[in-house]
Amino acid sequence: MSEKHCVASLDNVGLSHDGGANFVLRNVSLTLEQGEFVALLGPSGVGKSTLLRVFMGLMQPTEGTVGGSACTTDAEETGTKRRRRALVFQDARLMPWRSVLKNVEFGLEGLGLTCEEKRARAMDALKLVGLEEAADRWPRRMSGGQRQRVGVARAFTVNPDLLLMDEPFGALDPITRSSLQEELQRIWQQTHKTVLFVTHDIEEALRLATRVVVLAGGPPAGITGEIAITMDERNPESTVFRTYAARLRAMIAGEKDPGGAPYWRSAEI
Amino acid sequence: MRDKVSFSTKWALGLTGLIVFFGGWEAAVRTGLLPSGMVPAPSSLGPAWLDEVRGGFWQQAILDSLHHYLLGLLIGSVLGAGLGILCGMVAVVDGLLEGIVRLLRPVPGLAWVPFAILWFGLNTSGATFVIAISVFWINFYAAHSAVRGVDPELYELAAAFGHGSFFGRLFKVVLPAASPGLMSGLRTGLGQGWMSVVAAELFGVPGIGARMMQASSLLATDVVVVYMLTMALLYAVTDFLFGFVRTRVLRWQP
Repeated sequence: MSEKHCVASLDNVGLSHDGGANFVLRNVSLTLEQGEFVALLGPSGVGKSTLLRVFMGLMQPTEGTVGGSACTTDAEETGTKRRRRALVFQDARLMPWRSVLKNVEFGLEGLGLTCEEKRARAMDALKLVGLEEAADRWPRRMSGGQRQRVGVARAFTVNPDLLLMDEPFGALDPITRSSLQEELQRIWQQTHKTVLFVTHDIEEALRLATRVVVLAGGPPAGITGEIAITMDERNPESTVFRTYAARLRAMIAGEKDPGGAPYWRSAEI
Repeated sequence: MRDKVSFSTKWALGLTGLIVFFGGWEAAVRTGLLPSGMVPAPSSLGPAWLDEVRGGFWQQAILDSLHHYLLGLLIGSVLGAGLGILCGMVAVVDGLLEGIVRLLRPVPGLAWVPFAILWFGLNTSGATFVIAISVFWINFYAAHSAVRGVDPELYELAAAFGHGSFFGRLFKVVLPAASPGLMSGLRTGLGQGWMSVVAAELFGVPGIGARMMQASSLLATDVVVVYMLTMALLYAVTDFLFGFVRTRVLRWQP
């Protein structure tokens, strides 16, 4: 395996919302490498979204360090500033007063781009999610699935090194959900972005990710194990898929990994 | 549930109401039911208005009042909405001003007239001041609650996409998100402004209010009513024109 480039990392990160002793996360170390699709799996309310916000720079860890920055000056893009990380929210979170196109352009504002450049890049991102026809529509007239597509386009348009996704398909109906999963998979294979995808759905994690990291236990919660998965192991009917699912379920419950995988780490602190 | 009426029916109903109102009024004066010294007959309003126009009083009064009104409206709206937005966004400023706001809020615009005379004199500035104060509070409260009502998740969105600074939040989130509330404050201020014009000119600054006071001291009730209707018309025009701005700004709303 060739030397991989680290995109972002957390080193022994702990976080308490009031800065006191009530930690929600503790001793979390996680390194994301170039081109990986990492699913962060865990029960609801365990602190997955919080961890994502630490990566995004929206929250400062109480202890430990975050590697890499969220925004840097980029020589290859004619010296303009570039946002290195982008976030897709669970609720799409579009601005109702902006058209679809203007919503997608949002992340490009304030970087010194011309209107034409912004428009061209936003249109490219809309093409990526198959919504170039909807550029002039208002978000409120769109379905949940379409709105989330716009949210994905908005994140992609800043051309981030790291794409952070906070249960992006959690609020969608199963049919829309699986079509968006497929679409995300296609886009990921096209663009080779590094993705950190938060979910509480084991099957979703196994179908999308190259690596599944489990955040469980606590509070404070920590990483209780991880599984690497190859493309051909993704068939939900296969035995290996079901074995992985069982192992992940055990990690979430904080039990001993029945597979005895080398990645197993103790949950005790 | 209210039953629905079509647009044209609504207009026809409104017009019918007005005709019945003025017709009944005219009849009441003619039959002596209302003493003509107390209430002018609607038919006398036309000639009274023509007299005012011929003398140039009507045009001048409108120009003077428009001057006070627009200036007071501009100053009161900008300051009121500006301070309301600042208080809505910055908790420290909000806390600092809360006591002062509670103290000054109940004072009606009319109560400021003595100070307006003292500080500015019997002139445009004095009248503008009184109008600005009453418009100020309406916009202050509208802006304050509109900004407080902005979805906090939008601030997180702004921060995630590089607009987390004060001005980033102000221009990318607060102003557009609060625009419905800001617009309704401005609109209420438009009406309140015309009501304050009378109060502002009551003490002798030339304009519609002053002309009404002159007429009423001469018991020229028809002239008073002419100016009452003039003011209603001016309000209708400003509100109508503002409607275009509002529709344009809020076209994203359902």
